[in-house]
Amino acid sequence: MKLTREQVEHLAYLIRLGLTDQEVEQLQEQLSSILGYFEMLQELDTESIPPTARVISLENVMRPDSVDSSMPVEEVLANAPDREDDYFKVRAVLDTGSADVFEV
Amino acid sequence: MNLHDLTVSEAVRLLRERSLSSVELTGALLQRIESVDTQVKAFLTLMADEALLQAELADEALASGEGGLLTGIPVAIKDVISIKGTRTTCGSRILENYIPPFDATVVCRLREAGAIFVGKTNTDEFAMGSSTENSAYFTTHNPWDLGRVPGGSSGGSASAVAAGEALAALGSDTGGSVRQPAAFCGVVGLKPTYGRVSRYGLVAFASSLDQIGPFTRTVEDTALILQCISGQDPDDSTSIGVPVPDYVAEIRKDVKGLRVGIPKEYFVEGIEPGVEKTVREAIGQLQDLGMVLEEVSLPHTKYALPTYYLIAPAEASSNLARYDGVKYGLSAPDATTLWESYMRTRERGFGPEVKRRIMLGTYALSSGYYDAYYLKAQKVRTLMKQDFDAVFERCDVIAAPATPTVPFRIGERVADPIQMYLSDMFTIPANMAGLPALSVPCGFIDGLPIGLQVIGKAFDESTALRVAYAYEQSTDWHKRRPPLGEVAD
Repeated sequence: MKLTREQVEHLAYLIRLGLTDQEVEQLQEQLSSILGYFEMLQELDTESIPPTARVISLENVMRPDSVDSSMPVEEVLANAPDREDDYFKVRAVLDTGSADVFEV
Repeated sequence: MNLHDLTVSEAVRLLRERSLSSVELTGALLQRIESVDTQVKAFLTLMADEALLQAELADEALASGEGGLLTGIPVAIKDVISIKGTRTTCGSRILENYIPPFDATVVCRLREAGAIFVGKTNTDEFAMGSSTENSAYFTTHNPWDLGRVPGGSSGGSASAVAAGEALAALGSDTGGSVRQPAAFCGVVGLKPTYGRVSRYGLVAFASSLDQIGPFTRTVEDTALILQCISGQDPDDSTSIGVPVPDYVAEIRKDVKGLRVGIPKEYFVEGIEPGVEKTVREAIGQLQDLGMVLEEVSLPHTKYALPTYYLIAPAEASSNLARYDGVKYGLSAPDATTLWESYMRTRERGFGPEVKRRIMLGTYALSSGYYDAYYLKAQKVRTLMKQDFDAVFERCDVIAAPATPTVPFRIGERVADPIQMYLSDMFTIPANMAGLPALSVPCGFIDGLPIGLQVIGKAFDESTALRVAYAYEQSTDWHKRRPPLGEVAD
């Protein structure tokens, strides 16, 4: 079973990942081969086996709901690619014009 | 003796006796880095000025009889662990200029113990890889053979310790990223129990598997570093409050009568005959030391690799959603909309393996495939954990090879992801079950190091370290140094 170009492009769309045509072709091949390798798991009967999300049993960690010091705003914003006053600045959110290119 | 050949414990003693200063020691290591790192390429970022400043402070503390367990000891930190004010790239273009505004908890704890940071070490991008060839910057070379990989993803930390560029280093291990490079570089590397060491400030890859662990030249040094970094942390709710024993004292306890399980599934097709022979000899030596060997079965071992490569990429695809070009890191300058900015930033910022894995993880989690892939993998994970539970009812530790092969040549496996993934086949199971596991040098084939893996019960690092210490003390492997730089020195 080989992944189609549309499947690969849809996955990339889900994770907001731009890909070149060449990358799409490579990923079609590579993901298909890796997924083929995973087929061996189907030989195991796991019908009655519960899933494990984590191996060490964890308990909820509670703390008092009290005001504590936070990181200074300047330090938080120091790595920002773009800012305005005390905010992260982003490009237009609602204009999805060019996004249509990636809709599949 | 060269100062860069000292172990941590030897250096601690000399510093306390005041027959060596931290400025001398740190200076010697920085000089060693200058003379060999053009060949080894272990470091992404050097912290020379800061290190010498810290060394002066360490000497002052030592002069006034103060100081902690590691005062004045130069260590290196894998570049997925945050040091406040020092660039942390994760081996990725997307974080090329990222400066963390806080210290990871392990960094705080090493600071409190008096350690000195000499630099940040190379890694496969976001710790995804087994050779450092997935670093966006360069490939690190194995100090024992510069044409071969140091292993990965913590290949920079492993080779830095092997090459005498740091006395100890920290790495992270999600599927073997400490133990596999430790084996390839002929040093000791430990992945602690999941929850033993705080992950606050470790850049997340696969959160149900990631653990931070030390690299050193000896088991005693690993025990010492583990001592310093272990314990519960309010900033990491997955860290567990199990008391931290005195590991350095624990390793000296008697090993006679300890029961060692030898899993037959670790001696199968895929393991090089030379590696099998070397590891079997090491296991024979455990018997000579008074331990009791028993062949055991971990029947689901062969499913570990596909299970891991579903669970880890699934978790990664979620964790790496944060790299969106808004709060930090690369941001595509030419995008006109937010949407386009996300697409272009991630296209340019991530390398091929990271793209492959987040695509794979997204597939495994996506509607229609979730049950067949992700849920199935989580169920198989349960079976793998049950395998270990059954063996640990009878055994104190498990001994096995750390890797199926000797270090492979640079470039040999880059074109074939599955071949690359196979180099982690013996290390992944311990991550799946959350167990502590280490690699200790157990011999050489044609000058290339081999590692013996010792896996312990959850939160019983002590016994695994004790077995490794007894073995190490009965051999000379840990005293060998790579031929590197002999001419230049």
